[in-house]
Amino acid sequence: MTKADLVENVYLKTGFSKKESAEIVEMVFDIMKTTLEGGDKIKIAGFGNFVVKDKATRRGRNPQTGEEIEITSRRILTFKPSQVLKAAINGPED
Amino acid sequence: MTKSELIEQLTYDNEVLNKREAEMIVNSIFDSIGQALVEGDRVEIRGFGSFTVRERDAREARNPKSGDIVRISAKKTPFFKTGKELRERVNIP
Repeated sequence: MTKADLVENVYLKTGFSKKESAEIVEMVFDIMKTTLEGGDKIKIAGFGNFVVKDKATRRGRNPQTGEEIEITSRRILTFKPSQVLKAAINGPED
Repeated sequence: MTKSELIEQLTYDNEVLNKREAEMIVNSIFDSIGQALVEGDRVEIRGFGSFTVRERDAREARNPKSGDIVRISAKKTPFFKTGKELRERVNIP
């Protein structure tokens, strides 16, 4: 599934044109990207949370050469799926 | 930001949308992604990231309170890999 399928679903559900639906879907992801870029987390009930985390500098190794390198501090994005989504993916017997 | 704040921001950024429509659209997006994952499909949103389902093997773990060994059966878990654009935008050194 790609963004085009999300656009198609929005188009079928709302009655907006395909062009409008594409713009709106793009806008939703733009809002999310800008929010996360600002370091804020996004909580979508029933789906999961997108959380920005600060990672400190640490020592690492190039797995190919064994050479020791410094992994610089960075800010990363993590996704924590909700219990609802996890349960749905595991089917009704779980 | 919560889902309702996302909906609110969407109606603010796009003045044509009313709240009910914005809500329907945001719900449609996350429901569609969730449904695709339930069906085992991979979801790729260019510039944002991709969602996949990963298989976790059965394992033995301990109940930290009682110390009892518990069997945890194999299960699936949703996984998100941040896309290049978003990874770079989030990573402000």
